Amino acid sequence: MGVDNFVKVFADYRFWPAVQHVALFVVIWLISLTILVVLLALLVHAIRVRWLSSASRFLFYIPGALAGASSVMLWLFLLDPAVSPVSGILNAFGLETFVQTVSLDNLPVIFTLIAFWAGAGGWIIIMYGALNNIPVEVMEAARIDGAGPVKTAWHIQIPLMRKWISYMAVMSLAAGTQLFVEPRVLSQASKGVVPPDYSLNQLAYLFAFRQNDFNGSAAISLLLLVVAAGLSALFVFRGGLFERD
Amino acid sequence: MSATDLSTRPSSLDAAPGRGDRDRGRSPRPSSPRRPGPARWIGRVLGWSVIGVFLLFFVIPIVWLLLAPTKTARQLLLDGPFTFGAFDTLASNWGELMAFQDGIVWVWLGNATLYTGVALIITLVVSIPAGYALAMVEFRFRRALLVTTLIVMLIPNTALVLPIFLELSSLKLVGTPLSVILPFSFFPFGVYLTYIYFSTAVSRDLLNAARIDGAGEFRVFAQVAMPLATPVIALVGFFSLVGNWNNYFLPFVMVPGRKSPIQVGLAELLSNVPLFNPTTAGSVTISLPVLALATLLSVAPVLIIFLFSQRFLVSGLTAGGTKE
Repeated sequence: MGVDNFVKVFADYRFWPAVQHVALFVVIWLISLTILVVLLALLVHAIRVRWLSSASRFLFYIPGALAGASSVMLWLFLLDPAVSPVSGILNAFGLETFVQTVSLDNLPVIFTLIAFWAGAGGWIIIMYGALNNIPVEVMEAARIDGAGPVKTAWHIQIPLMRKWISYMAVMSLAAGTQLFVEPRVLSQASKGVVPPDYSLNQLAYLFAFRQNDFNGSAAISLLLLVVAAGLSALFVFRGGLFERD
Repeated sequence: MSATDLSTRPSSLDAAPGRGDRDRGRSPRPSSPRRPGPARWIGRVLGWSVIGVFLLFFVIPIVWLLLAPTKTARQLLLDGPFTFGAFDTLASNWGELMAFQDGIVWVWLGNATLYTGVALIITLVVSIPAGYALAMVEFRFRRALLVTTLIVMLIPNTALVLPIFLELSSLKLVGTPLSVILPFSFFPFGVYLTYIYFSTAVSRDLLNAARIDGAGEFRVFAQVAMPLATPVIALVGFFSLVGNWNNYFLPFVMVPGRKSPIQVGLAELLSNVPLFNPTTAGSVTISLPVLALATLLSVAPVLIIFLFSQRFLVSGLTAGGTKE
């Protein structure tokens, strides 16, 4: 009987589109997050002037205070060409109204922007810490060997950050599959232009609270949970970041 | 694209004489005076522009948010985005927000304070001793417990919301403050941070010395270990507070309506903004500057905590925590 719930969920017409939405968002987000966070951490780490370096790290991190609904709320303003401080940029992409901005095709990029804005700072600081942990002698040796900053980054710093980069990727992958608050608030604000069943968690929510189908909801939640738990278990056992005992 | 721009740099640097192995093993000598060539200058300019662009990206929304509540709805649409309105307007926007449903904003803020505050206390009471025990005491299933903590720690908390809802609804707790406080207090990351702290920064010998002096286990923990643990207590408290304050999904499911914390309330406000929801005709409406003010208010406590924790936030301490 338990299998029935999964069969029902898989057969639901909203399930596979939601899987696609989430998958597309996760791919775009992971790629941009990894490249930009590593790049920014390297650049900030290369700043010699101490107060400049710590000030920029702090400014990168500040949006982290606006996680959850607050950050989405702020982005509602930023994405509405009528009030946005960057309406010029929106117009340059041919976006004249809020509804145009949040059209279905743009959503993965928009969610990436929101998630990056609020979350990247924390990762930049973690990567910065990892860069600081690279022994001075190693960096010195690279410099004496004539490696410029780019070569040093590519051949020494990035390989030594690999554990942390994979940590970030696994964490972000797991978190990305859980997309909920961003599409939920945007859906509310756009009068349904953003569908209320855009992501898997939203669908699980609809199953439970609109259709009173807790079994179907549990089936979706279980799938998401298995993915998340599987990823984190894989990382704990294979990632090597937590070897200490 | 910036990444590819940067990767064009090494080709010119390749021309620099490769010193190869000869210098290896020698003690590092004072760096030879570096003449920044044009390639390096281009690199620097590129690097700074990337940092600059991203600083703007991270900061502009916040600056805008700080200015928006000082304007009227009309000014928000027509004036330049980075102009300051007037303090009078700010005051009237404030009044409008406070008048909304008889000051329900304060109820939401109060709820959030209650939920995060009680959860913070439970988290500290539970996770600090737990991390201490995992790090300092040998007992059966210790490793199994540790691995479980790690795995659960890495599971994003949204993944657990609906399972927890089903669990608590069978306990008939849904809708009560406990339904938010209990899940908020579940904080394996705090256990892990404490574990790392004790196993790296506090030596077992120190504790053994106290034991030899006749201190019982409880005294060792309370009078030797705890005073040493202040930094990690602050760290665990910080992450618990910020994470719970900003949590949306869990309270959204558990405690709708008047029992919501501010994050859920904020989304509630949104449905009273005519621009985003034309069906609200007739009821009390919220203008955009007031919504911006509410957004600002909802994050104010966390922003203040951030400003005070600035030093340790930027130091990469959390990375050091898991450092080998």
